[in-house]
Amino acid sequence: MNVIVQSELGPGATVIVDRSALDSLLAAIAAQGYHVVGPTVGDGAIVYGDVSSSAELPVGWSDEQDGGTYRLRRRDDQAVFGYAVGPQSWKQFLHPPNLRLWRARRGEDGTGLEILEEPTPSPRYAFIGVRSCELHAIAIQDQVFLPGAHPDRAYAARREDILLVAVNCGEPGGTCFCVSMDTGPKASSGYDLALTEVLDGERHHFVVEVGTDRGALVLADVPHRAAHDADLAAAAEVTAGAVARMGREMPAVDLRALLLANYEHPRWDDVAERCLTCGNCTMVCPTCFCTSVEDTADLAGDEAERWRRWDSCFSLSFSHLTGGDARSSSRSRYRQWMTHKLATWVDQFGTSGCVGCGRCITWCPVGIDITEEVSAILSNPTPSADAT
Amino acid sequence: MTPRAHRVVSRRGETADTWTLALEPLPGEELPLFAPGQFGMLYAFGVGEIPISVSGASTALDPLRCTVRSVGSVSAALCATAPGDVVGLRGPFGSRWPLAEATAGDVVIVAGGLGLAPLRPAIHHVLAHRNEYGRVIVCYGGRSADELLFMSELEVWRGRFDLDIDVIVDIAGPDWHGKVGVVTKLVELAAFDPDRTFALLCGPEVMLRFGALTLRKRGVPVERCYISMERNMHCAIAQCGHCQFGPKFICREGPVQRYDEVEPWLKIGEL
Repeated sequence: MNVIVQSELGPGATVIVDRSALDSLLAAIAAQGYHVVGPTVGDGAIVYGDVSSSAELPVGWSDEQDGGTYRLRRRDDQAVFGYAVGPQSWKQFLHPPNLRLWRARRGEDGTGLEILEEPTPSPRYAFIGVRSCELHAIAIQDQVFLPGAHPDRAYAARREDILLVAVNCGEPGGTCFCVSMDTGPKASSGYDLALTEVLDGERHHFVVEVGTDRGALVLADVPHRAAHDADLAAAAEVTAGAVARMGREMPAVDLRALLLANYEHPRWDDVAERCLTCGNCTMVCPTCFCTSVEDTADLAGDEAERWRRWDSCFSLSFSHLTGGDARSSSRSRYRQWMTHKLATWVDQFGTSGCVGCGRCITWCPVGIDITEEVSAILSNPTPSADAT
Repeated sequence: MTPRAHRVVSRRGETADTWTLALEPLPGEELPLFAPGQFGMLYAFGVGEIPISVSGASTALDPLRCTVRSVGSVSAALCATAPGDVVGLRGPFGSRWPLAEATAGDVVIVAGGLGLAPLRPAIHHVLAHRNEYGRVIVCYGGRSADELLFMSELEVWRGRFDLDIDVIVDIAGPDWHGKVGVVTKLVELAAFDPDRTFALLCGPEVMLRFGALTLRKRGVPVERCYISMERNMHCAIAQCGHCQFGPKFICREGPVQRYDEVEPWLKIGEL
């Protein structure tokens, strides 16, 4: 039985929560009315689902990731968060893949148009085990959906009362490159609580950093104790180990400048030979936000609905115009995706659209590697005379 | 953003497949104010929604008009509406023609085919404030005579002494006795002072490029050439991603853009 030690719990505080108190943390979050979602094992992968106890988390599991490869494997310890990100990202909760935007009726005279806007309740999600790259991805999607004259109501409602429990990475995947993108492995901001799992022989606990008052409020009901310098050092060692074991590396150059100068590089033809334009990379990407709307009607034509669904710039119809598709070749579609992600995103939203999570590499059926494609262009850039 | 119901008050055939709908909001609803160049999203019940050129400024004198070419299921449904039918409208969206900036100088309007539709409110604006502008020139090109829009209005404009309008077609039938060729020919011949000219262009992208090239040869700097572009659009508020053109969202930074700001991107094929 742990003893609750009262300490100053506010933003900036760091405490220790034992592994045995993790269920208490989950219970405390649920008790505050949050809908708790976290990593689970399902379909042979780490996927996000409802979580009510730590036994539902992927305890003792890890993964092996490489270009076009993902396998779960058993760990030889009982680590709770000893794996990298899986195919899903939190965007499926904040920016659902399929969403009804509104319904419409013809009205009494049969010629009207009455729009019934879809209610946008706030589910009050608590996300457990959010990696630093994913915190950055959420912040990036915030910039897509929240500013400006027309913030997205559905996203804003889901985002508003969220509780983010981050986990600092100790076990990067084979395709991870957050260090290159300056998005991890340690969460720097944007979390309510950030956990670092320390598992060392008999010792198994979490070093918990408090990011917000909301996080402190949850933690107040959880057995915890003061963190000492040695605990902080052990936590720092965990993320330092992750830095050392990053699977991939993005060239440390001005990616925007590189790509904007190389729209006609022969490498685009090369990657087009391999790319199946399946769109997997866009589905698994935690920042890709593109959608299409679909309007439907019942057979009588009296009721209609509008649905918004994830779409991908890899589909031919995505750029369809009456005069022809703007991007008919796979070369142009891969180029659109990569130049948007790494270059024009900066013009649009002020940051890169890539957080280095590696999902696009892992889940590409032919293992196309965005870091390798950048390196290929970098090693043989278009002569400036030929540049656009 | 949800569409707001508007009633079709009239429907006029422009060509064999293109119709202009005059719309008014339902009683008690406010008339949306579209600045010349801005566009709207028009919704056909249960069929879908598409970006549409607003061809009639929503002013007291001219109702809100949308010109639609029937090329797909949604545009076909919109073109098939009858007076009294209700459609959905979202907007106004996007940028506008630089009509305030263009005052005191000449205005050259270059349109190709359906491209005259979003320029019509600009022409109306210039004519309504005629003394604020210098010479006003309209160069209009179509593939053939039966694909020209606003025929009766072209004839009225042709009768004015304060507007130089000429029309040219690519392919002339036996009943066409006007000029034959591409619209840039008209730009070459037009009389304007390039040092104080603003040019507004809308039409197929190849026409935009050659139109701007011809204007540049005539001495109009690219900073005073504006084009209106078309891209696939679903949301019209820079969130669906479809209309991206390099760093720009055409729904937000466009459709009207200063030519020098898009010129480098227009040179990249399949952007």
